[in-house]
Amino acid sequence: MKEKRDLKIQAIENGTVIDHITAGQALNVLRILGISSAFRETISFVMNAPGARGKKDVVKIEGKELSVEELNRIALLSPKATINIIRDFEVVQKNDVVLPSYVEGVVRCTNSNCISNSSEPIKSKFSVLQSDEEGVSLHCLYCEHVISEEIAEYLL
Amino acid sequence: MSFKNRNVISMKDFSREEIDYVLDTAEKLEPVARGEERSRLLDGKIISLLFFEPSTRTRLSFEVAARRLGGQVLNLGSVEASSVMKGENLADTIRVISKYADLIVLRHPLDGSARMAAEFATVPVINGGDGSVHHPTQTFLDLYTIRRESHLEGLKIAMAGDLKYGRTVHSLCHALSLYGAEMVFVSPPELRMPPEIVRDLRKQKIRVKETDSLEDIIGDIDVLYMTRVQRERFPDPDEYERVKNSLRVTGDLLKAADPDLKILHPLPRVNEISPEVDETPHARYFEQAFYGVPIRMALLALAMGVIE
Ligand SMILES: [Zn+2]
Repeated sequence: MKEKRDLKIQAIENGTVIDHITAGQALNVLRILGISSAFRETISFVMNAPGARGKKDVVKIEGKELSVEELNRIALLSPKATINIIRDFEVVQKNDVVLPSYVEGVVRCTNSNCISNSSEPIKSKFSVLQSDEEGVSLHCLYCEHVISEEIAEYLL
Repeated sequence: MSFKNRNVISMKDFSREEIDYVLDTAEKLEPVARGEERSRLLDGKIISLLFFEPSTRTRLSFEVAARRLGGQVLNLGSVEASSVMKGENLADTIRVISKYADLIVLRHPLDGSARMAAEFATVPVINGGDGSVHHPTQTFLDLYTIRRESHLEGLKIAMAGDLKYGRTVHSLCHALSLYGAEMVFVSPPELRMPPEIVRDLRKQKIRVKETDSLEDIIGDIDVLYMTRVQRERFPDPDEYERVKNSLRVTGDLLKAADPDLKILHPLPRVNEISPEVDETPHARYFEQAFYGVPIRMALLALAMGVIE
């Protein structure tokens, strides 16, 4: 059984496999990576797959190795996700996601009076903090508002 | 310490040493602010006042500060700001004004607009108030007033009134925490200091107390910082009437105060300080308004690098 599942995850020739995504977050992971209908590579994903540590989502992107900065954004939604870079059917690199200290153009500020929600030629900018009590929080670098819950709802 | 080309956007960008440096500079410039000495420090400099919403006090204070130092003021008041730059985004306006002026003072209704302006400007930007978040020159002048009229070391200060929406008190709390001040927050329950600010202060080991009564604390503080409570914050008009009278500084209240107590208020006031208080040595709010001039002189001169 274990062998079979590993095969399912690794069965791409070249690309990126994002494993151990928090169950239900796979679509948000695509959004956070800016992957839309215009994306030309093959994407496949599994949602709510049974895993050793409960249900998880898995996303496979064929023919593309994403940058570390792109992949670390996933940590905003799914801090336990792992990144597997696949070349010629082999996992050549396996990393945990690392929470970025800064994100730009990824999340919309929840303050409707914030300049980043106006028509000015700027992207939203947040510093990212993590605390034991409050988890991940995003601090708007323009208006200093803080987003600490339901970050996925404010993805751009 | 050089402030040359530095922007003044948020108090959080300044360390205690840097704040002290601004206050020291303001103190040196005070005789010029009072018109007792002449200065040509800003000779040949053009300061653009770009106000996208009316704030006559702040604008006048900057204008006086610039002129007292011999600078020229390019006054793009709110009316002109809306017609000259009609339809243009703020980023482009800032890029253009940067070519005309040596420094920009911006007042704008959107939160974070000054931070954005600083990204596009090629000259220093001083935030004259953006949206509901920052008004750093107000906080600098509040600190300066406390230092001149009372003391910043070992300060016991009460802030009273609308502590929920009042940006001046939020920013002042942060700045005073750098000096280890003890703070008392006096407000009706509806307008209490946001809990995250109280939590942050406690995390920094600042002693904080909350109450709804001025009587309880008036004998135990060095400075009372009053703010305005606005009627529109209350759905129930009776509740507003009750609050309005309970948070009022009167001659009677002051009988229990320390003789050295100083009362500040960012102005304009409505009825939270009764007129009989004006004649007492406690009232320092008109001096406080004046101190905006030396503070803004200091910030202009430091940002343009004419004082190092
Ligand atoms: Zn914002």
